[in-house]
Amino acid sequence: MPIIKVEKLVKRFGNITAVDDISFEVEEGTIFGFLGPNGAGKTTTINILCTLLAPSSGRASIAGHDCMEEASGVRRAIGIVFQDTTLDKDLTAYENLIFHAYLYDVPRSEMKKRVADVLRFVDLYDRKDDLVKKFSGGMKRRLEVARGLIHQPRVLFLDEPTLGLDPQSRSNLWEFITKLPEMHNVTIFMTTHYMEEAEVCNTIAIIDNGKIIAMGTPDELKKTIGGDVVYMTTTDNATAKSEIKSLFNIDASEKQNELYMTCSRGDTCIPEIIRTLGDKVISVRLQRPTLNDVFLKLTGKTIRQEDVSGEDTIRESIRAYRRRH
Amino acid sequence: MEFNAIYVIVAREFKKFIRERSRLFSAIARPLLWLFIVGAGLSRLVPRETGVPYTQFIFPGIIGMTILFSSIFSSISIIWDKEFGFMKEILVAPVSRLSIVVGKALSGTIVSTIQAVIILALFPVVGIKLGFLQIVGVIIICASVSFCISSFGIVLATFYESYESFSVIMNFIVMPMFFLSGAMYPVKLLPDILQVVAKLNPLTYGIDAMKHVIFPGATGSMGPDFSLTTSSLVIICSSVVFVLIAGKAFERKG
Repeated sequence: MPIIKVEKLVKRFGNITAVDDISFEVEEGTIFGFLGPNGAGKTTTINILCTLLAPSSGRASIAGHDCMEEASGVRRAIGIVFQDTTLDKDLTAYENLIFHAYLYDVPRSEMKKRVADVLRFVDLYDRKDDLVKKFSGGMKRRLEVARGLIHQPRVLFLDEPTLGLDPQSRSNLWEFITKLPEMHNVTIFMTTHYMEEAEVCNTIAIIDNGKIIAMGTPDELKKTIGGDVVYMTTTDNATAKSEIKSLFNIDASEKQNELYMTCSRGDTCIPEIIRTLGDKVISVRLQRPTLNDVFLKLTGKTIRQEDVSGEDTIRESIRAYRRRH
Repeated sequence: MEFNAIYVIVAREFKKFIRERSRLFSAIARPLLWLFIVGAGLSRLVPRETGVPYTQFIFPGIIGMTILFSSIFSSISIIWDKEFGFMKEILVAPVSRLSIVVGKALSGTIVSTIQAVIILALFPVVGIKLGFLQIVGVIIICASVSFCISSFGIVLATFYESYESFSVIMNFIVMPMFFLSGAMYPVKLLPDILQVVAKLNPLTYGIDAMKHVIFPGATGSMGPDFSLTTSSLVIICSSVVFVLIAGKAFERKG
């Protein structure tokens, strides 16, 4: 039973089409990832789903509530961690969470317990009475995840949850996030432009220029590359190449004295080749395809290549457009 | 209306107000300067036979000024909340936009009324005699005017996206509102065109209502400009209008 349904969603800002006719469904209890470069339309989609923006056309629903018609049903069903901090830095961690609990009408009798529970879950209970402005970036993000869980949402949105965090805080945060579906019975909808992070998703939608260009499990997406790449050096590359061709029907190419070939399962392919070529093999290495290879194959560019000024311009014009209207 | 949400929006503002002592001190300093320095200076220019001495005449105006600045300041904090993202936390919550506006307006009301009461407590210093009922009456007016100006401030805040607009609001809206409110000089003595502007200013009616209660029976140029009924009705009606406009403006855009 899909918990999020999106059909033919379009969002235009003036003559910029930020989200261009996207459709997808998210199964309950899974981690769904929106992967794409900055400015691809990820945040705009989240803003529509969490009822902050009205789409130009198309439909979206969460937990059976229409994002346009039943905004308050949707709001009750979701928790959100935005890209930029939305904590009140002049309040303590505890006060920020209590504020949230009142806002979501959490029963008075459960309020303290729930707040204490989520604070323990993200390891911030000892710091609960500190002002948020004293917190590091990683702590703030963890606190926001905790806050998003207080009202026991069915879907938790995480928009670039690790943006701007150091590697240690990042892996620390992922530890919490991957535990969420099971421990808190919540579906995760996240966006990221870090390929490695998207690996934890059950399903990934790759989005570029407002369009979904591929969708599937990380493994399925990687299979579209056509398998693993095996690199090897041999005593006689030319002979090795023709032997591989005749025995396995695999075309090997040569680059800088190294043979390389694509085979569907590199781990089983390598032993067979070695058995055949015997002593001729000097070294072998295997490269598994990454999501970055997938993105590269689909768009002809790597995900971080995206030049920053272009993205800023899009954001700036969207902001200017909203100011005028 | 979600009362829990309204309560917590007010509680947050109040907590921050208590924490920032410096904000309270500077908020109180401004009216004191006007009352004791500007007022004392100008009183030498005003003939004494007008019935109400000038330093007493401006007293309701100075209370009005206190309310004006602190209410606008409190509402303008919405722009800060937008800029620093906290507003999103409120906007994605299952809370009606009207509750958010009412919560914000009540925050401004409480903070402003507290400051107004501190200034009001100075009435013996400027030689005004007030009975218990008069004091209660002024406090009720202060609270209503604070609510009115706070909701006007929220309407302003919905039009501005960044805090750079703060000085624009201060110089082109708040200062003229103060000068054209009957605070420093009676509205009836203003040139015609300025009288028109003053009559469009909700603060004018708030200060006028205070004049009715603080100087009962005062007539002539230093007395109130409108009837108490007119002034009260204008404050109540404009509050409702501002809250509704602000609620509308808070609906999602796009």
